[in-house]
Amino acid sequence: MDTLQEVTTTPAAPKETKQVTGSVALLEGLIAEGTETIFGYPGGAIMPIYDAIYDYKEKLNHILVRHEQGATHAAQGFARTSGKVGVVFATSGPGATNLVTGLADAQIDSTPLVCITGQVFAHLLGTDAFQETDVINITTPVTKWNYQVTDANEIPAALAKAFYIARSGRPGPVLIDITKNAQMQLFDYEGYTPCTHIRSYRPKPIIRNEYIEQAAALINSAKKPFILFGQGVSLGNAEAEFQAFVEKSGIPAAWTILGAGAIPTDHPLNVGMLGMHGNYGPNVQTNECDVLIAIGMRFDDRVTGRLDKYAKQAKVVHLDIDPAEIDKNVKADVPVWGDCKETLPLLTKLVTEKTHPEWLAEFKAFEKIEKEDLIEPELNPQSGELTMGEVIHQLNILTKGEAVIVSDVGQHQMVACRYGKLNASRLTVTSGGLGTMGFGLPAAIGAKFGAPNRTVVAVIGDGGFQMTLQELGTIMQFGVDVKILILNNQFLGMVRQWQQLFNEKRYSFVDITSPDFVKLAESYYIAGKKVTERADLVGSLEQMLQHPGSFLLEVMVSKEHNVFPMVPQGCSVGEIRLK
Amino acid sequence: MSNSQDIDSANAKQEFTITVYTENQIGILNRIAIIFSRRKINIESLNVSPSEIEHIHRFNILITETEEVVRKLARQIEKQVEVLKVYFNTNEDIIWQELALYKVPTDTIQEKVLVERLLRENGARAVVIRKDYTVFETTGHRTETDKLIEVLQPYGLIEFVRSARVAIIKDSTGFNSKLREFERLDPGHDVIENEFLDKEKNVFTM
Ligand SMILES: Cc1ncc(C[n+]2csc(CCOP(=O)(O)OP(=O)(O)O)c2C)c(N)n1
Repeated sequence: MDTLQEVTTTPAAPKETKQVTGSVALLEGLIAEGTETIFGYPGGAIMPIYDAIYDYKEKLNHILVRHEQGATHAAQGFARTSGKVGVVFATSGPGATNLVTGLADAQIDSTPLVCITGQVFAHLLGTDAFQETDVINITTPVTKWNYQVTDANEIPAALAKAFYIARSGRPGPVLIDITKNAQMQLFDYEGYTPCTHIRSYRPKPIIRNEYIEQAAALINSAKKPFILFGQGVSLGNAEAEFQAFVEKSGIPAAWTILGAGAIPTDHPLNVGMLGMHGNYGPNVQTNECDVLIAIGMRFDDRVTGRLDKYAKQAKVVHLDIDPAEIDKNVKADVPVWGDCKETLPLLTKLVTEKTHPEWLAEFKAFEKIEKEDLIEPELNPQSGELTMGEVIHQLNILTKGEAVIVSDVGQHQMVACRYGKLNASRLTVTSGGLGTMGFGLPAAIGAKFGAPNRTVVAVIGDGGFQMTLQELGTIMQFGVDVKILILNNQFLGMVRQWQQLFNEKRYSFVDITSPDFVKLAESYYIAGKKVTERADLVGSLEQMLQHPGSFLLEVMVSKEHNVFPMVPQGCSVGEIRLK
Repeated sequence: MSNSQDIDSANAKQEFTITVYTENQIGILNRIAIIFSRRKINIESLNVSPSEIEHIHRFNILITETEEVVRKLARQIEKQVEVLKVYFNTNEDIIWQELALYKVPTDTIQEKVLVERLLRENGARAVVIRKDYTVFETTGHRTETDKLIEVLQPYGLIEFVRSARVAIIKDSTGFNSKLREFERLDPGHDVIENEFLDKEKNVFTM
């Protein structure tokens, strides 16, 4: 209660008050925040809100998912493609606990979500009432902020605070748990005032020019500078500022899977993907560069490999909005705290215009090796079973880098990220930090709502698809135009790959059988097709893309194909293996 | 990457007192506690109380860790929405006390020792004297309060309790002025401190 009152709002003229229920105030607030689409699932403890939304059908588009986990992933997909806050409704108890995976996923991938859960009547709190769970305590570790509302008067301020926290600074998921009495309670509603300041919360650190100067001096003195960029660039809407920095400084830049697309895949200074299954050059060169410029990325262990052997020779410049990221994994020599939308232009101004032809040529040499030894046979095989790589390659050709590619988790994810061509940011949606199987299908639904004018293709494995395939029902009911591309290797491929490489091929419980996916789609009135022959691939992809509405394409791919390059667990990025 | 000499000194574990200023908000204790438990770091002592400023609470958290770990923890704590400011200090930087209460049978005490002398020697005072028992109180560092346990044990110490550490930072100008800064829409440098700038000025040399 105290904190909510401390929210500073710009003083406005005295407002007319009217009596409304907490539920109505909530919906009015959501509309005021620009919400159009809500992903949710009703239940007893959130019924007053669902009753209220019945009268708001014109203004609020509610998408009934088939499982609350699906609602969170859909909201994540929506947020990632649209740059807006994803909104979720769920009831108390089991409804709320089903949100946990999505919250954890959104938390680690910095995705702004506002989740509203219903809760039992305030007088029943702590009594093990029907469908009561301690949602606040369960979700504390996986939310940026959460709050329980027990009185309708608190709703407008709590919601304003929730949106402000979710979208500002380093974005993240927030949750508001509203007791049923508060949803029903009539109170004097004075209208909705957005939150712009919370005294205990500083979303953006102040930029220190001294650091910008030091960073620029270091960059200007470098012989072999190297940029690593992550999602911070697109979260800060700093794509243009970033591209200007890269082009003026002439520094080769490599991306984390969440940073993909901040500059187009084909940009001459884009040297590829970092990390465990990233490209050969950027991984090796991390241990060769003299200045490492990390922008909006957090040195995840899937990116760094063994930390004690990571870029030891380099001076590190780290640009991040979250002070807690500086020095967390890799020690920074020059920390540049701040929003990269603001810090990058300051830095660009101070860096000298340069090219690094010899240094860049080193990347190209590695690229050539990787292309010949690995990429070429994977993307253009002349015989044998279909590869995941060639499917993505053909998809790229047909979609020209303009489609949104949503991926699930596993080998197909790494292939989709490695080979997916992107002309812009916000065209790739994947579960990077948590690696959540089952993310792909619901996230694709949300992605389509977030980017209605783009083709949305969900690339999913046979394993992960079966984790949330019930969302086919959502696609059916709401006519969501999602192209579903199942890459079926009849295995839990990524785990099988590890078992092959590190456990002497002891394939322990990775052999997964599947239903007839095409028939399954058919039962949801979704068109579908199965491809087993190379000759049918392109035609079938075209058919999928041209089909009006959703389509499921199952492609049977090589059973025991591995994703390479690979930095094996416990190795340094310099020890990346091509086979 | 540089400052290897820093890493060496930062690698030795020692006692750190973490001082946290927070909004008085339900749930914030849990948010702070899980930052420690998630990393399997034991909190040795924890004191939460209202501060000199209304609605603002002050946490004193005592842990034994390396400076590097403590610095990262402090940043994670400060990241919480309802946390205003976090400080961490070694024992040299603070003045701290713990309060201890000792319950002893009154008859043995009267029989066997001179209460007066006992109290004087240990800086303790009697809080309650009843026919059946007497309660002493003392404040001090752990070694001091421990010593009185030893002294009283032979006299049939019935019950003993010690409070969490409370600490005052020697080199602090207080939080009142900072708070005014926080309340501004655009807080100044004083509040948004950049510890790097202040502490690691010499890290980067051309
Ligand atoms: C919810 C969840 N459970 C388990 C895992 C561990 N896991 C990572 S990849 C993988 C296999 C994925 O198999 P599939 O979906 O068929 O994709 P493929 O790797 O074959 O492309 C598993 C089980 C996970 N990431 N998420």
